[in-house]
Amino acid sequence: MRIRCPHCGLRSHAEFSYGGDARRQRPAESNADAAVWSDHVFLRDNPRDVHEEYWQHTHGCRVWLQVTRNTATHAISAVSIAADKSESPCNEDEQ
Amino acid sequence: MRYSVWNLARQALRGHRHWQPAWRDADPAKHYDVIIIGGGGHGLASAYYLARNHDVGRIAVIEKGWLGGGNTGRNTTIVRSNYMLGNNTDFYEWGMKLWEGLSQELNFNVMLSQRGQFNLCHSDAQMDAARRRGNIMRAHGIDAELIDASAVASALPYLDYRDSARFPIYGALYQGRAGTARHDAVAWGYARAADQLGVDIIQNCEVTGYSFQGERVTGVHTSRGHIGAGRVGIAVAGNTGRLAGMAGLRMPIESHVLQAFVTEAVKPCLDHVVGFGASHFYISQSDKGGLVFGGDLDGYNSYAQRGNLPLVEDVIESGVALMPWLSRARLLRHWGGVMDMTLDGSPIIAPTPVDGLYINGGWCYGGFKATPASGWCFAHLLAEGQAHALTEDFNLERFANGRVLDEKGVGPVAWAH
Ligand SMILES: Cc1cc2nc3c(=O)[nH]c(=O)nc-3n(C[C@H](O)[C@H](O)[C@H](O)COP(=O)(O)OP(=O)(O)OC[C@H]3O[C@@H](n4cnc5c(N)ncnc54)[C@H](O)[C@@H]3O)c2cc1C
Ligand SMILES: [Zn+2]
Repeated sequence: MRIRCPHCGLRSHAEFSYGGDARRQRPAESNADAAVWSDHVFLRDNPRDVHEEYWQHTHGCRVWLQVTRNTATHAISAVSIAADKSESPCNEDEQ
Repeated sequence: MRYSVWNLARQALRGHRHWQPAWRDADPAKHYDVIIIGGGGHGLASAYYLARNHDVGRIAVIEKGWLGGGNTGRNTTIVRSNYMLGNNTDFYEWGMKLWEGLSQELNFNVMLSQRGQFNLCHSDAQMDAARRRGNIMRAHGIDAELIDASAVASALPYLDYRDSARFPIYGALYQGRAGTARHDAVAWGYARAADQLGVDIIQNCEVTGYSFQGERVTGVHTSRGHIGAGRVGIAVAGNTGRLAGMAGLRMPIESHVLQAFVTEAVKPCLDHVVGFGASHFYISQSDKGGLVFGGDLDGYNSYAQRGNLPLVEDVIESGVALMPWLSRARLLRHWGGVMDMTLDGSPIIAPTPVDGLYINGGWCYGGFKATPASGWCFAHLLAEGQAHALTEDFNLERFANGRVLDEKGVGPVAWAH
């Protein structure tokens, strides 16, 4: 499996560290509902299909990427820089 | 037909033409009292103990492929009971006790080989952690010995004991009753014994969804039509997320791939199970002579039953760091299996929020050893509707109420357990 880093090109996945499901939305800090937090921390969609996920190019430029990869075939269909992709880089309580 | 030396001789004299199939190839009936999804070791053991220990009526095991073609047939077959948190300790020890009588119980040789397992320690801190684990085991009546480097050296003379070694050996936590078993025989033995008690084993039948009446499960949709059920148990290893998803449930589970390796057969050279403490690596020698070993997960979500090459390199580097002579063995095969990695690294045997639907899953990479105890306790849950005393901690609520069983202490990162 190789990942095309927008900065460094096509590199072995051994250079990257996995960051897990990129669709999970961290609840707002002001949300005091314990069930919402435990769902966020512990529950996963875990699809056998297309999966949006984070990878960091740890042994390269160190950028965090968002990768679209099929968990049944390992085929990667899209890679982008996570900070560009994220709709709300900070949660609603900050700034 | 009972397997015995007399029957073997009798069949031999008759030219081996009269052996019976080990189990019937059942066609699905319209309705069962209990359906278990998944014909791996856990599903088959559950069906066997359900028929043996409880009175629930008709039982079926439904398997999408062939028996034991999942993780049961893909694992490195290490059997041990060296856990220290909550129910884990006594649960795995109950499993070990069942293993010790299993070949007799099933009238099928599961080739349990209690050759002993050494978990090597390479620092004072690891020796302290091993002492703590060993003391907890002994307090629960489980055999454990903390041994020093010279005792390890007399049992495993082929390791490097010099102080200048890259990973000096300080000692080991040794469990003498640990060992290996033959994986296929476990699936086949339970299948045959369950069949003899009247369980229908239905292969090549994939579950694709559930039927409901109100909030209650009333059966499963399969590639061979609808089959009605009073209760449904899920025992599908790496596919728990999918089977729970079909009922609208989200699980504290991610599916990850774990690889295993076997070399060409060599003369007996490795008499025990050995675990490396400085990197994740474990090895034993099969009865055929192959060196069977494994290490870490690949480390990303996967349902593909194969991994990638960087992990192959990583595992083999770990192995060669511990046993340099391993570099001269030729690798024969390597393969992957899909793990249910729970967010705390411990299993789930529990009712679900859906009435009539029960889950046995989340075995991470340690579920082969659990097979007998898991079947025993899941059968209890399916029959009684509530957890067996040995598995009360293996519930789904533990993630919300803070009672997680995180043996490694790494937190909610599925691939780090
Ligand atoms: C490489 C590797 C090494 C391992 N090493 C060890 C070890 O040394 N010691 C140890 O204790 N454990 C080990 N494990 C873990 C162990 O193999 C598993 O935890 C255990 O075998 C799980 O058994 P099971 O019966 O739950 O799963 P499986 O044997 O995988 O059975 C589940 C079955 O469910 C079926 N299924 C899935 N979806 C459906 C569907 N929709 N409909 C019908 N059927 C379905 C599958 O086809 C499969 O046969 C290892 C695993 C792997 C992959
Ligand atoms: Zn890069």
